Amino acid sequence: MTIPNEPQITPQLVADHGLKPEEYQKILDLIGREPSFTELGIFSAMWNEHCSYKSSKKWLKTLPTKGPRVLQGPGENAGVVDIGDGQAVVFKMESHNHPSFIEPYQGAATGVGGILRDVFTMGARPIAAMNALRFGEPDHEKTKHLVSGVVAGVGGYGNSFGVPTVGGEVQFDARYNGNILVNAFAAGLADADKIFLSEAKGVGLPVVYLGAKTGRDGVGGATMASAEFGDDIEEKRPTVQVGDPFTEKRLLEACLELMATGAVIAIQDMGAAGLTCSAVEMGAKGDLGVELNLDAVPVREENMTAYEMMLSESQERMLMVLHPEKEAEARAVFEKWELDFATVGKTTDDLRFRVLWQGTEVANLPIKELGDEAPEYDRPWVAPTVPAPIAPDAVPQMDVADAVLGLLNSANHSSRRWVYEQYDTLIQGNSLQTPGGDAGVVRVEGHPQKALAFSSDVNPRYCEADPYEGGKQAVAECWRNLIATGAEPLAATDNLNFGNPERPEIMGQIVHAIKGIGEACTALEFPIVSGNVSLYNETNGRGILPTPTIAGVGLIPDHKHMARKGFATEGDAILLIGAPEGWGTHLGQSAYLRDLHGRREGTAPHVDLDAEKATGHFVLSLIREGTATAVHDLSDGGLGLGLAEMAIAGKIGATIDAADGNPVAAFFGEDQNRYLVTVRAEDAEKVIASAPVSAVRIGKTGGESLKLGAARAISVADLAAAYEGWFPAFMGATIN
Amino acid sequence: MKSAVVVFPGLNRDRDMVTALEKIGGTPPVVVWHKDAELPDVDLIVIPGGFSYGDYLRAGAIAARSPMMDTIRERAEKGVHVLGVCNGFQILTEAGLLPGVLMRNASLKFVCKEVKLSVANANTPFSKEYASGQVFRCPIAHHDGNYFADAETLKSIEDNGQVVFRYAEDTNPNGSINDIAGITNAKGNVLGMMPHPENLIEPAHGGEDGRGIFAGLLGPVNTYG
Repeated sequence: MTIPNEPQITPQLVADHGLKPEEYQKILDLIGREPSFTELGIFSAMWNEHCSYKSSKKWLKTLPTKGPRVLQGPGENAGVVDIGDGQAVVFKMESHNHPSFIEPYQGAATGVGGILRDVFTMGARPIAAMNALRFGEPDHEKTKHLVSGVVAGVGGYGNSFGVPTVGGEVQFDARYNGNILVNAFAAGLADADKIFLSEAKGVGLPVVYLGAKTGRDGVGGATMASAEFGDDIEEKRPTVQVGDPFTEKRLLEACLELMATGAVIAIQDMGAAGLTCSAVEMGAKGDLGVELNLDAVPVREENMTAYEMMLSESQERMLMVLHPEKEAEARAVFEKWELDFATVGKTTDDLRFRVLWQGTEVANLPIKELGDEAPEYDRPWVAPTVPAPIAPDAVPQMDVADAVLGLLNSANHSSRRWVYEQYDTLIQGNSLQTPGGDAGVVRVEGHPQKALAFSSDVNPRYCEADPYEGGKQAVAECWRNLIATGAEPLAATDNLNFGNPERPEIMGQIVHAIKGIGEACTALEFPIVSGNVSLYNETNGRGILPTPTIAGVGLIPDHKHMARKGFATEGDAILLIGAPEGWGTHLGQSAYLRDLHGRREGTAPHVDLDAEKATGHFVLSLIREGTATAVHDLSDGGLGLGLAEMAIAGKIGATIDAADGNPVAAFFGEDQNRYLVTVRAEDAEKVIASAPVSAVRIGKTGGESLKLGAARAISVADLAAAYEGWFPAFMGATIN
Repeated sequence: MKSAVVVFPGLNRDRDMVTALEKIGGTPPVVVWHKDAELPDVDLIVIPGGFSYGDYLRAGAIAARSPMMDTIRERAEKGVHVLGVCNGFQILTEAGLLPGVLMRNASLKFVCKEVKLSVANANTPFSKEYASGQVFRCPIAHHDGNYFADAETLKSIEDNGQVVFRYAEDTNPNGSINDIAGITNAKGNVLGMMPHPENLIEPAHGGEDGRGIFAGLLGPVNTYG
C-alpha cells in the first residue's frame, strides 16, 4: 500500500513549519530543487531554535566550558566532570516549558524522561534529579491546575524510573502566567573511561533502533517549542508526547547492560525531533552519511507516513551504531528487557542523509548543513536599560517580625514540602540531604566518603532589572549554595529561558545575561559543561522574566564534613560572613519590596566576584576543619529570612543583636556573597580574627524563639507554622 | 541465612534492598530475574519496591500473575520466609499470599516522607528485634499504600496477630484502615509492608531504625561498613 505523502509546498506550508522565507530560500539554494514534504519536515526539525540554537550559538560560544576536571563540555547529550578515583559525574538541565503549559502532567513527565535519557545515553546511571519550576501568579486561573499537573508529572516519571529528586525551585510570578517554566536536571555516575558519545565512526555499520515503538505523538514538537503561543494553544495538545517511565527504566537497564558488552560505537537518544535529529547528529558529528530505511522502524500505529516517522517525538527511544559482530549479543539484551531492536539503516561515506520508505527515496539531503552547519544568526540587540536605584527614603517601612512572618508565609518563600513530598527523595539509599536545604546531597556509590551536592538557582527579578548582574548572581548563588553544604563547586549547566529573540530588547537580555554568566563562571572557576536554550517563551507578545537557570554540581570529599542549614546546638555564636557594614543595605528588587509591598523597583544587587570567591573559600575551610556547626547562604529575603529558615530547620531559636542603622535594610537587604555560619561560642573570636573577609558576630542560638534586634520575639513554632502553611492552604489540601 | 531478591521489570528499589541485605547479613543475596528458570534454595525471598510493569494495571497485578509467583507461593507454603516491601507488598496481596488490598493513597498523591511505626506484634521473625509497642522511624514512598480489608478479614487478621506494624503518632500517610502498615499471612512466614526499612539502616541515612527487620531475619547483626 502506498500512502500519498506529497502535499504541495506552499508559502503557507513553509510558514507552518516555522521556517522564514529566507530560510526556505536557503534550503532551495542548498539542494538546488524544491524539497519533498518529508524533507521540509526534516529541515523544520533541524533548523528550529530548539535544535539548532541559531539565535544563541554566537553568544553561547563565549561561555567558559573548560577546566581541569571537565571531561566533556557542551555539544554532547550531557556534560562530564571528573570526580576522582576513575569516576565521573554526567549532568545536564533541559527545559520542557511549552509542552508543560499545554499538557502539564505529560509535559513535565517527558521533560524528566528526556533529561534522564540524556544522562544514561552517556553511559551513566542516574543518581539525582532536580526541577526548577516557575508558574504564574498564584491566583491566576490556571496556576493551581498547572502546579498540580506538573508536580504530579515530575513525580510520576521520576519516582517510577527510580531516581531521587534532591532539589529544585518553585516560584510564582505573573510574568509566567502564559508561559510556565519546567527545567529538569539529572545527574548520573559513570566510570570516567567509559563515557559514550554520539559521534558515529566507521562506514557501512548498522544503525540500530532501540526502545519503544514509534507513534504519532509529538509530531512537530520541537517546532512548536520554537514559537510563541497565541490564542490557538489548545490546538497544540497533540504535539505533546506521552511518557512511559516503565519503558524508560527498562531502556536504562538494557542500555547499561549493552554498553558493558562493548557493542556500542555511538549512541544518541531520540529527543526533540526524534529520529531525524538523532540520525543527523550521529552522522554529522562523525563526518559520515546515514541511510535510514523507515520500513524497518518499529511502529505502534498503522499507516504512518515517512513525514510522521521522521518527526515523531515518541519517547523512550535510542539510536545506536553497533559493532556488527556484536549485533546478536546486543539483540539478546534488548529481548531480555522486552524492548524493540531493529536495524534501520547504515552509515555511509557520502555525507548525505538519505531516507527510504516503501521502496522510494523520500529524502536525500546534505547531512552537515542539516546538523552542525545549520544557519546561525547574529540577531540585532539593544543593551537593557537598568532602572534607577531606589532611594533609601522611598523604601516602605514595616515591623521586622511581621515582615519575617509575611515572607515565610508568602508564595515565593514558604516551604515547598507540598511539592517535594510527592517526589521520591530517598530511593537508591544514598540521599544525605533531601530538598529543603541549600543543596541536595547524595553519596557516591562505590566510594566510602565522597558525596555530590546539587543546586539550581536564578533570581529572575534581578535578571529583569539587569540581565548582566542577574546572570552573574545566578551563578554566584548556585556556587554559594554548593559551598554551604561543604562541597567544592565543580561545574554547572545552564538552562536559558527567554522570550522572543527576534525582538532586540529580548536579544539584549540574552546577550547580557550570557555575559554575566560567563564572567561569574570564569571568576569562580565553575565552567558550563552542558545546557539548553528555551526561547519564544511569550504569549501574545508578552515575554517571561528572563530566567537563565543555573544548576551546579559540587564534590564533598568526605561527607563527614558536610554542613546543614539548621541550627545545631544551643549557645552557638552566629556569624555573618562576607556582609557589608550595616549587615544588609540593598533593597532594590528585593523579596521584601515585591512580596510584601508589591513593588519592583531599583537595581539588582551587585555581585563582587572576588569577594564571593574569598568568602566562599573561607566558609568551605570552616566546614572542612569542623568549625562550622551550621551554614546557610543568604539570598532572597536576606538575613531575616535566612535566620528564620535556620531556626525552623534546627528547631532552635536565636537572639540577634540590634543592627546599626535601618533594621529593614539590615534584615531584608539582599547584598550578595554572604553566609550565616554558626560556630561554638569559644571558637567565635578565633574565626573572626582569621577571616579574610568581613565576619561579624551577630547573636547566638538558643531558646524557643527568634528575636531579631528590637523586634518582638517569634516562637519557632509560629515561624514553622507560617513557613509550612502557605502551600497546602494554596493547593487546598493538607499534606497527608 | 541465604536470601534472594526477586526482580520484575519496573522494580527500582532492588539495589537498595540488595545493599541492605548485604550490609546487615554480611553476604550478598542472590538476585533472581523473574524469568530465571530456577529460584535457588534460600531461607528468605524478598520482593523489593518499585513499579512492576509500570503499575499500569492495579499496582502489582501483572507481576502477581507471573510464573515466578507460583514458585514463590510453593516456597511460602513450605515455610520459606517471604518479605514484600512496597510494590512487593502489593504484589503479595495481588497474588493472594496476603489478605486485603492496597488502594490509592487517600490524598490521591504519591507521598515520600518519614513516618513512625509501632510494633503491633513482636513475635514474628520479621519483628522480633523490636519490642512490642516500640515506636520507630521509617521512610515511605508510594502512591498506593492505602490498606483495606473487609470487616471479616480485618477481624481475623487482627485476632490472629497478623498486623505487625501500624502507623503511629498520627503519621498514617495514606488512609490505611486501622493504621495498618505491615501484615503477615496466617502462618506468619510471609510479611508485606509499605514502608522502606532498607532506606534507614545506617548513620548516613539519619538513623538505623530499619535494621531490625533484616537483623531479625538474617541472624546476628553485622556491623555496617
